[in-house]
Amino acid sequence: MHRSVVRRLALAAAFLVAAAACSVTPEGGGTAPPGEGPQPVKLQLQWFKQGQFAGYIAAVEQGFYAERGLDVEILEGGVDIVPQTVLAQGQADFAIAWVPKALASREQGAGITDVAQIFQRSGTYQVSFADKGITTAADLKGKKVGNWGFGNEFELFAGMTAAGLTPATDVTLVQQQFDMQALLSGEIDAAQAMSYNEYAQVLEAPNPATGQLYQPGDFSVIDWNETGTAMLQDAIWASTQRLEDPAYQDLTTRFIAGSIEGWAYCRDNVQSCRDMVVAAGSTLGASHQLWQVNEVNKLIWPAPSGAGVIDDAAWAQTVQVARTAVNADGQTVLTRDPDAEAHTNTYVQQALDQLKAEASTSPVTATRPWRSR
Amino acid sequence: MVGRARGVGAAVVSFVLLVVLWELAKLLLPDEGVLVGDTRVLPRTDEAAMPHVWTVFGRLFEPEVAGAADPRTVGAAVASGALFTLGLALGGLVLGGVLGMLLALAMQRFGLLERAALPYVVASQTVPLIAIAPLVAGWGGKIAIMGWSWQPWASVMVIASYLAFFPVAVGMLRGLNAPAKADVELFRTLAAGWWTTLVRLRLPASVPFLIPAARLAAAAAVVGAIVAEISTGTRGGIGRLIIEYQQSATGDPSRLYTAILGAAVLGLVAAGAVGLLDVGLRRYRGSVR
Repeated sequence: MHRSVVRRLALAAAFLVAAAACSVTPEGGGTAPPGEGPQPVKLQLQWFKQGQFAGYIAAVEQGFYAERGLDVEILEGGVDIVPQTVLAQGQADFAIAWVPKALASREQGAGITDVAQIFQRSGTYQVSFADKGITTAADLKGKKVGNWGFGNEFELFAGMTAAGLTPATDVTLVQQQFDMQALLSGEIDAAQAMSYNEYAQVLEAPNPATGQLYQPGDFSVIDWNETGTAMLQDAIWASTQRLEDPAYQDLTTRFIAGSIEGWAYCRDNVQSCRDMVVAAGSTLGASHQLWQVNEVNKLIWPAPSGAGVIDDAAWAQTVQVARTAVNADGQTVLTRDPDAEAHTNTYVQQALDQLKAEASTSPVTATRPWRSR
Repeated sequence: MVGRARGVGAAVVSFVLLVVLWELAKLLLPDEGVLVGDTRVLPRTDEAAMPHVWTVFGRLFEPEVAGAADPRTVGAAVASGALFTLGLALGGLVLGGVLGMLLALAMQRFGLLERAALPYVVASQTVPLIAIAPLVAGWGGKIAIMGWSWQPWASVMVIASYLAFFPVAVGMLRGLNAPAKADVELFRTLAAGWWTTLVRLRLPASVPFLIPAARLAAAAAVVGAIVAEISTGTRGGIGRLIIEYQQSATGDPSRLYTAILGAAVLGLVAAGAVGLLDVGLRRYRGSVR
């Protein structure tokens, strides 16, 4: 009954909108034929502008997109904005999203393809006070373990399962807020934290015992990259359907090339990127953003097979964890393997070739190696 | 005049009482709060969870972002955010108010419409806001009205109006149907048409119902605007500040409280704006029974 009411309301609303709108612009901007002036492109982020997205911001500010004929508009995320959905609905041309979450959306019908794996490693930690002695996933047994839920928790659950624990019975699971006060006040023993954000926040909090800020030595960190349960995170996603269009293929290649150039710039000019992020309106503070850009760089570089290239082993591990790790609700991320169209290295390879060709002809970019260093 | 002064006095006293209560809680309750078994009955009272009132007020005058080129204070940021959100909430209130009144008029005029539409009006409020917000936010970049392309703030205003129209529609409908049967029959005896009856009888009679409805709608519009800002990440308003400051609340808890303070003041100002409407329509208060 309620559903039909909602649907009718939605239909009525949709009709009103259609009637009120004098014109409806075509989906996205990228399908416009390349004519005069730069091509408008919309990039949907997962969250507000911060160091996590410094490379894209730098590519806009430094003109790396403009050099390739792109006028990129960066759309910020919000609490209820799902980037891969925005992309699938055609309101953006590209989106940044974590691989497991985007694959889950893909399984439910979102036509999206991973075209460049910017973060080569996972940035998810499980952080606890050093005196608790939690240095491996097995040590979590009997502890109060914080996790974010909403699809952010699967590396933790896979890690605990791999260590022989049954997450539902061997630990007390606690839904964690987006700040770290529960960890600092001792309400939970181990908290989920991104290396580039929440871990920095605990190091920016004053330690009441010393009056100084907490030190890294006060904490022990479980890094899921070391336990074999890490999953791939920030990637550039494109519309699967539009990738059949040669114009969009070309657009994708140019967008990836500009993005990688932006990230290379942030690798070599950390402070400049910090300033750009702060100027873009982040309120987290300059020192926090410097930490964030530094930590994000560690997730991107070194890139053994080239920046943005999807590593087959890491992809396979992500899919394997997504299919087997069971969360507190008894769910896995994926119920079957994603099809071949879920990821492709075609465009990132073309972009890297373009960048190499540019580097050999231009003295300005010759100093920027695209391979790892 | 004396009544006004007493009202202001009461407001000041209640604020001071709140501050005293807050500080007493910090002083008397243990830092870890009070737990019965595993259930928390009283909150933690340490500096991170409940900063001192003066720490929060002091934070208002410190720079918002450490190390930024723009030396804006937290107070200025909160004030500009609150003003931005106030504008959107009032816009949503006007939009929702007008829609609600038109709907109420139509429902009063056509009984069939009332029976048909009222269940949907009620159902509209049971749809969770967080389900609608991304939908409306998705209009951005897709819709252009007379050459004006949809802006993110317009989505926030529409969501605010979605919450505001409901109390107005229901209250106004009640008010339009409020006149006593004898009065309505008198108008009919005098061969007054629907329009005359509306203007001379029903509209004045609806005022005592409309004012409290508008007050509810103003509060709903503020809540709607803040939630929509949080949900869609719209830059510039107090909702965005709350979520941004919450992110860094681990090391800087008092800044989050400044934003919450701003949101509270915002709600009071919006309710006060409706009070002005009350003053303007005072002569209709209790005019028709």
